[in-house]
Amino acid sequence: MDGLDAAITILVGAIRAGTPLVFAALGELIAEKSGVLNLGVEGMMLVGAVVGFMVTVTTGSVYIGILAAVAAGMLMSLVFGVLTLSLLTNQVATGLALTIFGVGLSAFLGIKYVGTPINGLKPLDIPVLSDLPVLGPLVFGHDLLIYISFALFAAVAWFLYRSRAGLILRAVGESHDAAHALGYSVIAIRYMAVLFGGACAGLSGAYLSLVYTPQWAENMTAGRGWIALALVVFATWRPGRAMLGAYLFGGITIMGLHVQALGFEVSSHLVATLPYIATIVVLAVISRDATKIRLNAPASLGKPFHPSA
Amino acid sequence: MQLRLEQRQSTSRAMQYATPVIAAGLTMIAGIALFGVLGTDPFLALYTFFIQPLTSLYSIGELLIKATPLLLCALGLSVGFKGNVWNIGAEGQLTMGAIASGGLALAVYAQDGPWLLPLMLLAGALGGMAWAAIPAFLRTRFNANEILVSLMLTYVAVQILGHLVHGPWRSPEGFNFPETRTFGDWGQLPILVEGTRLHAGVFVALLVFLAVWLFLSRSFQGFKVTVAGQAPAAAAYAGFSNKSVVWVSLMISGATAGLAGTVEVMGTIQQLQPVISPGYGFAAIIVAFLGRLHPVGVVLASLLMSLMYLGGESLQMSMNLPLAVTGVFQGLLLFFVLGSDVLVRYRIRLVRTHQTEPA
Repeated sequence: MDGLDAAITILVGAIRAGTPLVFAALGELIAEKSGVLNLGVEGMMLVGAVVGFMVTVTTGSVYIGILAAVAAGMLMSLVFGVLTLSLLTNQVATGLALTIFGVGLSAFLGIKYVGTPINGLKPLDIPVLSDLPVLGPLVFGHDLLIYISFALFAAVAWFLYRSRAGLILRAVGESHDAAHALGYSVIAIRYMAVLFGGACAGLSGAYLSLVYTPQWAENMTAGRGWIALALVVFATWRPGRAMLGAYLFGGITIMGLHVQALGFEVSSHLVATLPYIATIVVLAVISRDATKIRLNAPASLGKPFHPSA
Repeated sequence: MQLRLEQRQSTSRAMQYATPVIAAGLTMIAGIALFGVLGTDPFLALYTFFIQPLTSLYSIGELLIKATPLLLCALGLSVGFKGNVWNIGAEGQLTMGAIASGGLALAVYAQDGPWLLPLMLLAGALGGMAWAAIPAFLRTRFNANEILVSLMLTYVAVQILGHLVHGPWRSPEGFNFPETRTFGDWGQLPILVEGTRLHAGVFVALLVFLAVWLFLSRSFQGFKVTVAGQAPAAAAYAGFSNKSVVWVSLMISGATAGLAGTVEVMGTIQQLQPVISPGYGFAAIIVAFLGRLHPVGVVLASLLMSLMYLGGESLQMSMNLPLAVTGVFQGLLLFFVLGSDVLVRYRIRLVRTHQTEPA
C-alpha cells in the first residue's frame, strides 16, 4: 500500500507541477499554429503571476486574481502583437524583448509583495468522491484550475481539428499569402491567436503564484515559459502530445524532490538542473528528424506578413 | 484617413543612424511617464538615473566596469545575430567562463605567478566556448533549436555555480558563506586608476572589440556569416556551409561571454559567488540590437546600458526606488529599438480610405 500511495503522490505532484506548462504550451501552440512565434512566454507568465498575486492580496479573492492575471497576460501579448504584426518587427527579437521587459516589470511591480502570505486556491473537496481510494486524489482531488486545464486542452484540440475557425487559423499559419488571397484577415486572426497565447500564459503564471507555490518571488517561473516553448516543438505542434509532455516534465521535477526526500545525498542545485537537461535531451532527440519537424511546423512560422508586398 | 506602411525601395541609411537615438528618446519619455505614475518627480528621477552617475570619477570608473562585460557579451552576440544564429545563453556562457577561470585560480591558490593572469583569461574563454559548443553541436548534428538549448543551459550553469560555491569550492575561511576564497594576487586584474575600481578588464574588451571588427569587416569567414544572415539562399548557392556559420558564431559569442565572466570575477568580484552577473548576458542582447550589430554601435550601446544599471542603483540609493526599474527600462528600450526599426524599411503614409467606405 505504501508503494501505491507514493505512486499516487508522485502522479498528483506531476500533474500539479505540469499544469503551468500545459497552460503556457497550449497558448503558445495556438499562436504558433497561426504562424506567430512568441518567445515572450516567460515574460507574460511572470507578469501574469505578479498581477494575479497583487490583485488577490488587494481584493482578497483568488478568482479575481486569476482573471486579472489573464488580462495582464493578454495586455503583454498585445504589446507583442502591435510590434510584430502591425510594425512588422522581428518576432524572435521582439519575443526576447517581451521576456526581458516582463522579468523587469514583474520584479518592479512585485517588490512589496515578496513574502506576503495569501490563501491560495485550495483543491476541491467533493463529498464522498474526493475520499475514494486512488480515484479520489487522482481524479476528484484537484484544484479548479487543473480541471480548467483539462477543459482547455479539449477545447484547443476540438478547435484546431474539428472546427472551421481552427481550419482557417491553420491555413493562416501554413500560408498567409494564400489565406489572404482567400479573403481572410491574416493580421486579425494572428492578433486573436497571440492574445489567446497571452491569456494562457497569464493563467499559467497565476497557477504558479496563486496555487502551486502560493507566493510571489522574483523570477519565480524559473524558465518554465521556455520549457513550454520547447514542449510545443517536442509535441510537433499537437495539443495531446504537448499535454503529455507537460506532465512528463512535471514528473521529472517532482522525482528530483522525492530523490532528496528519500535521503539520497544529492546537491539540491544539481537536482534543480534536471528539467532543463531533460528539455535539452528531448529537444535534440525529437528535432533529429529534420523532415518531421519541417512537415509539422506551420510553414509561415515566424515570417512577417505585409499585405501590400 | 489611415496610417499605412509602405515598403521602401532600399533601406534608409539616415534612419539606420537615427532610430537608436529615437529609441533612446522614447525610452526617456516613457521613463518620465513611469516616474509620474509612481508619484516621484520625473525630472529629478531622470537626473538621478542618467546624469548623477556621471558626476564623479569613481562612478565613471563604475560605468566602464559595467560596460566591460556588456560589451564583451554583445560583441560576440552581434556576430551570431548577423548570421541568424540566436545564442541567447550568453549569461550561461559568462557563468561557465567565470567557473573555469575561477576554478583555475582556486586550484593553484597560493602557488600562483604572473603566468596565471593570461591562463585564467584563456580558461574563461574556453569555458564559455565549451558551454556554447553544446548548442552548436546539437543544432548542427541534431537540428535542435539553439535558442532553447542555449537558454536552458543558462539555468544549468547558474545551478552548477550555486552547487560549487555552496559545496566543494566554499571558502574554508568564509564562515560558511556561499563564496570561494578571494583569488590570489595574480588572479586579480590590476586597478588602472587610483580611487576607482576600474580594472584592466576594459583593455580585454577593447582588444576583443578590435578583433570582432576586423573579423566582420575584413575576414572571409566574417563575410560568410553576414551573407548567411542576410541572404540564406545566396549563401547556400555560394556553397557556404551553414554548419560552419553556426559553429563560428557560437564559438565567438561563447568565447567573448566566457571572457566577460572572467574579467568580472578577476577584476570586480575577485572570488566566485552564487550570483556573479546581474543579467549582463541578457542585457547584452539589447546592447547588440541597440548598437545595430555593428562593433562601434555596440560600444556606444554598452555604455548606455551600463549607465542604466548605474542609474538604477543611484535611484535606489538616493530616491529609494526599487532596483528593478533598470529591468523595466531595458525592456522598454529594446521595444523602442525594434519598433522604430520599422522606419528603416518602411515609410509611414497617411492614406485616405474613403473609397473603401460603403456607399
